[in-house]
Amino acid sequence: MRIVFEKRKTLSRKAIFLVPLASFFISLILTAILLAIFKANPFVTFIAMFKGAFGSWPNFTETLVKATPLMLTGLGVLVAFRLKFWNIGAEGQLTLGGIAASWVVLFWTPFLPPWMVLPLAILVGMLAGAFWAGIPALLKVRLKVDEVLTTLMLNYVAILFAEHLYYGPWRDPKGFGFPGTPQFPDFTWLPRIAGRAHLGLIFALVLALVLWFVLNRTRWGFELQVIGNNPGAAQTQGIHIAKNIMTALLLAGALAGLAGVCEVTGISRRLQQGLSIGYGYTAIIVAWLAQLNPIATIIVALLIAALLVGGDQVQMMMGLPASMGLVLQGMLLFPMLAGSLFTEYRLRIIKTKLRDAQSG
Amino acid sequence: MIISICQPYALCAWPFANFCFRRETKKVTTPILDMKGITKRFPNVVANENVDVELYPGEVLALLGENGAGKSTLMNVLAGMYRADAGEIFIRGKRVEIDSPRDAMRLGIGMIHQNFMLVDTMTVAENIILGLPDLPFVPNMVDVNGRIRQLSERYNLQVDPDSRIWQLSVGEQQRVEILKLIYRGAEILILDEPTAVLTPQEAKELNGILQQMTREGKSAIFITHKMEEVIAFSDWVRVLNKGRLVTVKQTNRTNPQELARLMVGRDVLFRLEKKDHDLGDVALELTDVSANNDKGLPALQGISFRIHSGEILGVAGVAGNGQKQLVEILTGLRNVSGGKIRIFNEDKTNKSPLEIINSGVSHIPADRIARGVAGDMSVANNLAMKCYRKPPLVRKGFLHPARILDLARRMIDLFSIDTPTPQTHAKFLSGGNIQKTILAREIDACRGLLIAAYPARGLDVGATEFVRKQMIAQSEAGTAILLVSEDLEELVGVADNIAVLFEGKVMGILPSNKADTEKLGMMMAGVKLEETTA
Repeated sequence: MRIVFEKRKTLSRKAIFLVPLASFFISLILTAILLAIFKANPFVTFIAMFKGAFGSWPNFTETLVKATPLMLTGLGVLVAFRLKFWNIGAEGQLTLGGIAASWVVLFWTPFLPPWMVLPLAILVGMLAGAFWAGIPALLKVRLKVDEVLTTLMLNYVAILFAEHLYYGPWRDPKGFGFPGTPQFPDFTWLPRIAGRAHLGLIFALVLALVLWFVLNRTRWGFELQVIGNNPGAAQTQGIHIAKNIMTALLLAGALAGLAGVCEVTGISRRLQQGLSIGYGYTAIIVAWLAQLNPIATIIVALLIAALLVGGDQVQMMMGLPASMGLVLQGMLLFPMLAGSLFTEYRLRIIKTKLRDAQSG
Repeated sequence: MIISICQPYALCAWPFANFCFRRETKKVTTPILDMKGITKRFPNVVANENVDVELYPGEVLALLGENGAGKSTLMNVLAGMYRADAGEIFIRGKRVEIDSPRDAMRLGIGMIHQNFMLVDTMTVAENIILGLPDLPFVPNMVDVNGRIRQLSERYNLQVDPDSRIWQLSVGEQQRVEILKLIYRGAEILILDEPTAVLTPQEAKELNGILQQMTREGKSAIFITHKMEEVIAFSDWVRVLNKGRLVTVKQTNRTNPQELARLMVGRDVLFRLEKKDHDLGDVALELTDVSANNDKGLPALQGISFRIHSGEILGVAGVAGNGQKQLVEILTGLRNVSGGKIRIFNEDKTNKSPLEIINSGVSHIPADRIARGVAGDMSVANNLAMKCYRKPPLVRKGFLHPARILDLARRMIDLFSIDTPTPQTHAKFLSGGNIQKTILAREIDACRGLLIAAYPARGLDVGATEFVRKQMIAQSEAGTAILLVSEDLEELVGVADNIAVLFEGKVMGILPSNKADTEKLGMMMAGVKLEETTA
């Protein structure tokens, strides 16, 4: 008897929904086994995690706080991934966006009318993110430099640059040596809507809808689709590949940059340690689990944020390591990647006949 | 007569002709290789049917045939890459089973593929010993280098064992491949189109190497579809056509005309039913155009021709003689290095693909998977891939999905594309239906000039006929068509005139009603049109 993979005749619509769902449950089971090894009751843990993320209004708003940067960076990552441009630099783009917004708030405020500072900070932050994504994009289209390396390396440049700023020239002189800039003036704070959840959440939701429309219903989105799918065909049809990669990456960087702006103006209200805590990397998981769909990205980002917040709660309430949320996150990706095979292939069991008996 | 044929090789053809008699004087009785009744089937295709091969020590055998004649399959069976469905192989009179390239190597059979199997960043010596079964954990490179030097001297294969592969020219890389096989004790060398990638000078050197090897008692089989190589390199020639062995000839007892006829396999070509129609103005005009290939070597030289509206110009030639580059310069995918291209009386030399598309040119690419369709997009979107830029499909940058779907339904109907729904992803369609999708898109968007590269390649009989009829219908409607094909039947049947490309030059253009296989075959082998009648 033999088990073979057989290519499906058409894409399975059922599989597109069932695979993420099934992989979620498989990951729960895998984590449950792990929890059992640590002598913790999996059910109690899962319920505690769920309660930690959604159990009360303050907890839920905290989940939204974590979800917002994941949504924005996730959207940025997915635009690049649609072109098969492996942008793993959302973390750096987010950080540079945060730096640029801080720069505007800290240094331009005396020269500007108060109402103008925040919009300008948002704009400059997005431009900075776009710039940071534009460098690897330009290197890729001009010199064919591998984007995985350049985007990853630029993350460290941006993160260390931020550290330099808040440990050095921008450090709050009255901050008792705490690594961070002075607090921003209150008229530059991003308005909060519930708990610590801020306007960035609305940005993310609106941008996801806009992005879905742009990618699926505009000429430019169509061109991106063709390039990502078959650059050879795109070239043959006269689609300018280099130009499109540049514009798409500028957009991707701007989205990640906006995430950084929202973090510094909406949450910390200063540039300080804790801006770069891996949202940009988690965004890769978010975009991938969402199968590069902007709307699904919102939902997945919320789910991943729930895992993070729930993990923290479990640590506090049950004495388990907070990284349990991260473990669950990792466990989620593996069945998902394995499962994506089933949208195109299916398993078939073939009973072997003794066909080759005469040979040899 | 023969001298007039072999352009670069003519000079080397004669000095080696006397080797052809060597075998008879040596009187060797057992062949080193004897393949009997080899049959190899693939789904829907019989690649080899009952083919025999016989080879004596010190001989060079040429396998001649058109693309898809089954030459490579046959050699892959011998080299252990495929297993024959029927037939027997004898080495030095002993029956053998060859299940893997390793088995083949143990029996002294080594194959050099068209794309070399070398590791670019490693040295020549490292490449040569790579994969040897009895290699010590730390090989003694001094010994290895010594042995390589000794072998390269003996066989006249100059190459430095310490240089890295990426530093070598293509000709030198080929020498490394040959050394690799000799180092492993190969007695029978198989070369798959060895001169396809070589300059004429390198080809001449390869011939010298082959002759040296045969003097040492080794034998070689090479796959080719170039007539002059057969004459220059081989002692015997076996001609394959559609998987069958057509003939076995001693090289010095045949001539290129006979081989050309046997290779093509048909004496008479039929023309499809075509209505007479008037030709319009010049749609495409090339003046003294030249272009380079990806390696920077000349691929097209001094090409000049014109196509009128309503005319189909066929481009014949063995693959790799500049057809790819010709199509690419006409569609903006490659720049010319000299000359002028005019489309509808406007200069379109070195313009971008988009500018050329906007001037009304459609393109059916040779590689329909790599360039023709986006497999993970729907059939509807694939059909819209050319006219999505213009209304009614798009307005102010916004797509109109309903209209795209309408267009798709219309085309699916018109070209009878067999797809479950317009939303089905293109990769799930059969080759023939993918080609129909491309054809529908390109014909629908075409405004006067169609560049079609191998439009019916790999299609079944029904789809082939459909494609050809569409070509004719379009030309009757006034479209100028450039049809690149390797199928002479198609060219004679569909085209009005046929141009033959050989090594990047046009050997001549003749009306297809005056074309016969012998003339075309000789032109494909490098004889100018005016010389064929001589």
